[in-house]
Amino acid sequence: MDKHSLFTYDMLSTTIIWTVAGLLGCLFFWLLGDLMRQGIPHLSWEFISEPPANAGRSGGITSILVSTGLILLICMVVALPIGLGTAIFLSEYTAETHPLATFTGRSLDVLASVPSIVFGLFGNAFFCQLLGLGFSILSGGLTLACMVLPILVRTTEQGFRALPLEYRTSAAALGLSKRATLIHLLLPAAIPALVVGFILGLGRAIAETAALIFTSGYVSRMPTSLFDSGRTLSIHIYDLSMNVPGGDQAAYATALVLILCVLTLNSLAQWMAKHWTYTRRMNI
Amino acid sequence: MISFVAQSLSVALLFLTLSACQDSPATSADNFKLVISGSSTIAPLVAEIGKRFESQHPGARVDVQTGGSSRGIADIRNGLADIGMASRALSPSEQHLHGTLLAHDGIGIIVHQSNPLVSLDSEDITNIYTGKVRNWRDMGGLDAPITVITKAEGRATLELFLQYFNLTSPQINAHVVIGDNEQGIKTVAGNPQAIAYVSIGTAEYDVAQEVPIKLLSLGDIPASLAEVQAGRFPLSRPLTLVTQTTPVGKIKTFIDFATSENMHDLVKRHYFVPRQG
Amino acid sequence: MIWSNAITSSPAKGDRFLFHVLRSFAGIAGILVVGILTFLVSESLPAFQQIGITAFVTDPSWHPTEGTYNLLPMFIGTMYATIGAVTLATPLGILTALFCQYYAPQAIASGYRAFIELLAGIPSVVYGLWGLVVLVPLIADLRPPGPSLFAGILILTIMIFPTVTLVSLSALQQVPKEYIQGATALGCTRWSMIRQIILPNTWPGILTGVTLQTGRAIGETMAILMVCGNVVQYPSSLFDPIRTLTANIALEMAYATDTHRASLFLTGLFLLTIVIVVIMSTQQARSNQAYG
Repeated sequence: MDKHSLFTYDMLSTTIIWTVAGLLGCLFFWLLGDLMRQGIPHLSWEFISEPPANAGRSGGITSILVSTGLILLICMVVALPIGLGTAIFLSEYTAETHPLATFTGRSLDVLASVPSIVFGLFGNAFFCQLLGLGFSILSGGLTLACMVLPILVRTTEQGFRALPLEYRTSAAALGLSKRATLIHLLLPAAIPALVVGFILGLGRAIAETAALIFTSGYVSRMPTSLFDSGRTLSIHIYDLSMNVPGGDQAAYATALVLILCVLTLNSLAQWMAKHWTYTRRMNI
Repeated sequence: MISFVAQSLSVALLFLTLSACQDSPATSADNFKLVISGSSTIAPLVAEIGKRFESQHPGARVDVQTGGSSRGIADIRNGLADIGMASRALSPSEQHLHGTLLAHDGIGIIVHQSNPLVSLDSEDITNIYTGKVRNWRDMGGLDAPITVITKAEGRATLELFLQYFNLTSPQINAHVVIGDNEQGIKTVAGNPQAIAYVSIGTAEYDVAQEVPIKLLSLGDIPASLAEVQAGRFPLSRPLTLVTQTTPVGKIKTFIDFATSENMHDLVKRHYFVPRQG
Repeated sequence: MIWSNAITSSPAKGDRFLFHVLRSFAGIAGILVVGILTFLVSESLPAFQQIGITAFVTDPSWHPTEGTYNLLPMFIGTMYATIGAVTLATPLGILTALFCQYYAPQAIASGYRAFIELLAGIPSVVYGLWGLVVLVPLIADLRPPGPSLFAGILILTIMIFPTVTLVSLSALQQVPKEYIQGATALGCTRWSMIRQIILPNTWPGILTGVTLQTGRAIGETMAILMVCGNVVQYPSSLFDPIRTLTANIALEMAYATDTHRASLFLTGLFLLTIVIVVIMSTQQARSNQAYG
């Protein structure tokens, strides 16, 4: 290839890449612009502090925020101990080649790729029908717990594995039992990773819709117990945009609230992964 | 699955026996249980009514099971259920049972407000839905392709629509398949060329909310709640609560409660048409 | 070990108890997939028994109330939408990653990256909302009816493109500095450096990202349900409406009973199998590559 054509290719590729980046930027500015333009006029303190009225066209999203919070709470209360326990077991108590470890690892990998609607089917059959929980916040939370488990385990497990081997050997040399080493030394050091996994899991759970339509249901009333059906922010958006004529603006406003939640969670996780993990490890 | 059905049946039986045992000594007390079974169209509504009934009658339990109108009738005949739910009128062979009208279910054809048509007859609708007519021009409307909207399999509205026009679902040639009534209304409101069929109650509500849709008359009968309540609108069916005999005792209390005017908000929320009086 | 006080002295009993607790947690996590599979199979068993497995590919169409249960049109629909979206999003994602890493000035690059991260965090239902309200009416003006395979492909592309970019970007960042310095010293143009040195070294990383996003595209439900029209058919053009396997479940589950319900669980089982096969086969391909 002569020098001339090499430079032509270079110029051509530069042009293409700048054009693509520019066009995609425009596309997404269009999307975000639409969200803001339609959603922001609808946003107000009343939108956060009032229950939905007129099928969600007017009023606010209080009861939906409460349901969302409760579902996330259930999800994390269940997923956290199981996730942490599994992570500790995989990283501290077994060899990677142990049958149970490989089995659990494989299962988690598969679980991570299960489409969310399949979790919804499972949750509907198991929690709603077999356990008799019906369409409820409890069923929804438990279904989400299954869904976020892989992300929680993997992040926490990596946190434990990243801890220097010296921690364990020095603790053993000082005569600490394995349990004491774990509780007093490894766990505090690995907490940042656990928190990051926790937040990432929350982020995934709060954005979920498909797994919840057949487990937590559509009801937009303020829940009075965990056995009530409750509607999350994402289901509210879906319902407003699909089923409510004239609900687009409220849907956009809810979408803004949801994006804000997800963004806060994501940037919190990133910030922690970057700073907290580092400083914590230095202090020990 | 079969074992689940067997399990749930046996559980239902167990409850029935229990409630039967309870019945005799404790009729005066407020503790009692009603088993209601049948049409999946009516079940969600009756479940809601049951919840409200329970909250106003402490000690009462209302269990709603679904499985189709015929199961409701069969369960009543076998005495497995106290009340059956049927999304149709009682047939001549079922006249020995007692039916109470709970509400009506009516379906209206809707188009966009800008559509110049005001009525379609059965043949027009059949032609549009089977794809024989694909342009509004042939119906006397503007020159624009028709977007045909139909409902997903399993919905009661689809069932009634097909039954009335004597169609089967493979014959329907649709462009968009929807789930809920509101979804159909929303799609029509956003597409001037669309046609859909939805529950009349929902459509009237949305017209009142100034959603740009309109209900078309079926032949010369306007699609409205009033016509459905009067029993004149043909594309409708009665939702019936079935009992073995004329209702008495607790069953009567529940049926009176369910058909009272206080329940009309629930009936409307489920897109049915409340019965008159 | 010296077992002397409360903290250090942990009789083996306590340790063993903790071990058992942790192991049972790990057991729960491991068994979950088996549980999900068991449930899908047991719930779809009536469909196997009453309809037979061949009916799901040989029946004339999908009309459960008429007793026909062909899943193939929806499988094809899922595949068209996924393949379309992945073939669009992969080059776009790689190009934008290259833009951030090698072409844009520092300030623009970090801003653009933050922007892409923001997009990757937007829930899919929000993309669906935008697609339904903005994109579908535009397509309807172009070629009615509007909700179509095309709308589905576009929305899926928009959804998975940010993550493809981010994964490609992190793969690009792992290219050793020496390669770039060497190429520059040899007088390579930027493009030939990228083509000859950087891309060949980053393929495995990019491929992993693409695989994960393929899985996501196959499993996506809500956004697809909102823009695709959901008619069960083999699309004859890009502007025909389609129904995907996921949309089938979401759309009909609420009212399905008996065999119909079982066949929806079977749809779920089928979907899960496809996703697992896709993920496994690329993992296999990668490990073969690593050892070969």
